[in-house]
Amino acid sequence: MAETMQFDLVSPERSLMSAQVKSVQIPGADGDMTAMPNHAPLITTLRPGVLKVETEKGTEEFVVTGGFAELGEGLSVLAERAVPKADVDQAAYEAMVDEAHAAYKQTKETFKNEPGPVDDAAKLLADMVAVGTHIGLSPKQPSL
Amino acid sequence: MPSLKDLKTRIESVKSTRKITKAMQMVAAAKLRRAQDAAEMARPYTERFNAVMGALAASVGDSDSAPKLLSGTGKDDVQLLVVMTAERGLCGGFNANIAKLAKQKAAELKAKGKTVKILTVGKKGRDAMKRDFGSLFIGHIDLSDVKRIGYADAQGIAKDILGRFDAGEFDVATIFYAKFVNVVSQIPTAQQVIPAAFDAPEEGDAASNTLYDYEPDEEAILADLLPRGVATQIFAALLENGASEQGARMSAMDNATRNAGEMIEKLTIEYNRSRQAVITNELIEIISGAEAL
Repeated sequence: MAETMQFDLVSPERSLMSAQVKSVQIPGADGDMTAMPNHAPLITTLRPGVLKVETEKGTEEFVVTGGFAELGEGLSVLAERAVPKADVDQAAYEAMVDEAHAAYKQTKETFKNEPGPVDDAAKLLADMVAVGTHIGLSPKQPSL
Repeated sequence: MPSLKDLKTRIESVKSTRKITKAMQMVAAAKLRRAQDAAEMARPYTERFNAVMGALAASVGDSDSAPKLLSGTGKDDVQLLVVMTAERGLCGGFNANIAKLAKQKAAELKAKGKTVKILTVGKKGRDAMKRDFGSLFIGHIDLSDVKRIGYADAQGIAKDILGRFDAGEFDVATIFYAKFVNVVSQIPTAQQVIPAAFDAPEEGDAASNTLYDYEPDEEAILADLLPRGVATQIFAALLENGASEQGARMSAMDNATRNAGEMIEKLTIEYNRSRQAVITNELIEIISGAEAL
């Protein structure tokens, strides 16, 4: 039997999953990573992406829009919004992209002369768009 | 002495009042259930969030580069009070208690010579504060269209507050809400959100001894998380408030129903008495009429 660790996925509104898992693939801000039992303690922020959880019964996937993960004795992912992948349909996905797009537009206006926040928002939007290809929905092409 | 008909109408009207308060109590009880569930669901997130933030804040600590949201602006001259109340009344002292606490604090700060600004969330608090502190209002957030409070609502409020903070409109922000203890007791609470105050992890706590790696780096994470922390605290406060409101309404309506019942009893006795008096009167008239013959 493979080693397992405690995994919790919580969003502000509810707790989505709490189980013993073998590994979790996290869409970290600096790149994807896979957390396995006895991983070194780590805190990372998340980018929009797919969280892949491998339990002994199979894999479960969630779409997360941001938040952070804390790897200590177990793994807790605190997602801003997390939805089971199966529940994300084209309409829900497009709503998420639109939201990111609106945020990007707004940042662009507020921080006209500062590339930093604008780039961040653009990356967020690009990540959000990329999520579409990961979950098998046709990615929506926003006009930047 | 009211006439029989007057009494009868009054009894009827108190009866229909009782029906309404009873219905409101039952609705509040059902809503309370949901509000409590929502508050419970949000708790793990808030707890973990605070634990991580506590560890992070302790490690970044008082370094000069610490974000302003954590270390503050170094002043406390301009204070923002965010008063969160319900959109509706008929819930006992709920709104009044929160407003009272906020008023006390505002008066106290003013006496110390600080500038006070007030942002209200919820109509009732706005009405309650208007007379004494209306000139200090800088904004109002209306949640009357919101049926179930979602994280997005809290984010909206947080965004508003953070925008004002970035614009340098205030130095310290405190939120006012009622903490839900149980149906009969809700404690009005003041909580400082900016600069963020996290409980430092206790000594010997497992989490505090862990040395975390940070990805990207501590400060980037902190800069990302602090605004979220504000939203999270506001969200938790909104949920507590929601549960408190329904709890307060439930007990207030329970009292009202009971009072109405007592009143009906009293009125019924009075009604019966006067009815008896009328009958006696008539009898006397008949008898004395018969005797005169």
